[in-house]
Amino acid sequence: MKLFGRKNTLASREATAAYVFLSPWLIGLICFMIIPIILSLALSFTRWDTYTPVKWIGLSNYKEMFVEDRLFLKSLGVTLKFMAVWEPLHIILGVLLALLLNQKLRGMNFFRTLFYAPAVISGIAVALMWMSLLDPDFGVVNYILEGWLGVQKAPNWLRSPIWAMPSLWMMYTWGVGGSAVIYLAGLQNISPHLYEAAEIDGAGSWRKFWNVTLPLLSPTIFFMLITGLIGGFQTFTQAYVVGGSGSGLGGPDHSLLFYMLHLYQQAFIQGRMGYGAALAWFLVVIAVIVVFVVFGTSERWVYYESGKKA
Amino acid sequence: MAQKSSISQRAVRTNQYVGSFWGRKSVRRIVTATVCYAILVGIGLLICMPISWMLGAALKSDKETIFTIPPTWIPTTSWHWENFYRSMVIQAYPLWRYTLNTLFLVGANMLGALLSCSVVAYPLARLRFPGQNFLFSVMIATMLIPYPVVLVPQFLLYKTIGWYGTYLPLIVPSFTGGAYLTFLVRQYMRSIPAELDDASRIDGCNYYQTFLRLILPLSSPVLVVVIIFTFLWTWNDFMGPLIYLSRQEQFTLAVGLQYFKEQVGRYLGTQYSIKWNLMMAATLISIFPVLILYFAVQEKLIGGIASVGLKG
Repeated sequence: MKLFGRKNTLASREATAAYVFLSPWLIGLICFMIIPIILSLALSFTRWDTYTPVKWIGLSNYKEMFVEDRLFLKSLGVTLKFMAVWEPLHIILGVLLALLLNQKLRGMNFFRTLFYAPAVISGIAVALMWMSLLDPDFGVVNYILEGWLGVQKAPNWLRSPIWAMPSLWMMYTWGVGGSAVIYLAGLQNISPHLYEAAEIDGAGSWRKFWNVTLPLLSPTIFFMLITGLIGGFQTFTQAYVVGGSGSGLGGPDHSLLFYMLHLYQQAFIQGRMGYGAALAWFLVVIAVIVVFVVFGTSERWVYYESGKKA
Repeated sequence: MAQKSSISQRAVRTNQYVGSFWGRKSVRRIVTATVCYAILVGIGLLICMPISWMLGAALKSDKETIFTIPPTWIPTTSWHWENFYRSMVIQAYPLWRYTLNTLFLVGANMLGALLSCSVVAYPLARLRFPGQNFLFSVMIATMLIPYPVVLVPQFLLYKTIGWYGTYLPLIVPSFTGGAYLTFLVRQYMRSIPAELDDASRIDGCNYYQTFLRLILPLSSPVLVVVIIFTFLWTWNDFMGPLIYLSRQEQFTLAVGLQYFKEQVGRYLGTQYSIKWNLMMAATLISIFPVLILYFAVQEKLIGGIASVGLKG
């Protein structure tokens, strides 16, 4: 090992040990991440159905997305529409719920545990459950709307092109306690001295929230926003389950045809691997741009107590 | 209002025994507590009611329609517990088989995650080596890479080496140190005092012995979190089994449920067709193990989730 010159044998032994320990991850990184990513880019310039030979077609796949594939823009729009509401919603509701759970009251652990519970249930079970709850004829939700609240014409929910998306928002909101727990940890990390100091300065509860809680919670919010955005682009399971399968994929009028569903259908149902790879790469480019923009704005609104960046 | 309350609070602080102020504050506290509890209980009910309704539906006999008006939350007349058994052994959709398959995958993934995450996290947390910061940044970056970009080529890779239609694509990657869990273990290992390493070094341990005898045992709390997360993710994973498994007898619970649902009818509107009670029982069978596990270990799990969020 000549990494460190002759004298530093201890350090080089340490480095050798480190790379031995790291080897499972490095192998995985190369085999399941780096090679596939490069392959994926190459594939996106080809036409390949796995049975016939690979054919290099240049940018045709990308051209097809914008010119011929009318479901491509539709699926992108569906995904963005879902995210446009869900991303702010899960942050606002998550923070509100965390504030509630942060009250010093008896039995709070019980509620915290209960509120997180939906987050551990699988997407498919949640989807099946909500499909039955939202059934227009016999579902509980419409029974409450029509029977108790006197709504004249309750929505058709998952069977209506207009209400399918709000149904999905509702379904996701049911599990919003999952993110509340993370905000709660952020809240509990805020030093009580800061609140005391603010009180001495005459701050009321609103000012304390705005000038102490929110800035100190902003790193957590930033983390949740980034992971939420990346997750949002990849929404799949619930949409797959509620949107029917096979040819009916994507719900009524393709109102739930998420980008990933379209990709899945193209690549794995129709076997168009090259086109699927192109779709994947386009999604990555969009996701990277969005994440970069958010990172760019972070300096203005994310506050780090120690003054250093994450 | 806000101004007034802060004045009153200051007054309370200077003299705890001023009766009228104390009285006012306690009234306010009781009102706040009541409102909080009301909202908490309301949200709690919203979370519990759908599950309770499912249980009610699952316990109904085949002749009853599960969609009754008004809805039954907790079954009063029907207690067909045998539905759970029946939904497990339906010949066309052998749920017991799916459950065993899922458990097998869960076990294999747990082993993989436990071995690889602890091994990979150790040098990142406690050794110094060239390229450390770079590799750690790469690991963080892989957490941010959208999964779809590797989906198609991974599928082709597995198909080429003959893993398609086997459990290998669902097991082997877990042995390569998943970024999220490795990160979690690394954060924990960093909190162990560095003096311990030096002491073990003086006692003649090399890095491998230090890891095995010292760091690994000390990391057991976070390894429990790794096990729990792996259980939840593997049990709930849908896309992986959907793409890589080809034969019905290999299915996991998640994919099996979807298959079950497709057979039962494309929309719930066709509720007259068949056996929604069994469908609901099957769904509950897929939910109960994770819920039981979750309630048993929630303290550790929530701590683990929270620490990742904070370090972000």
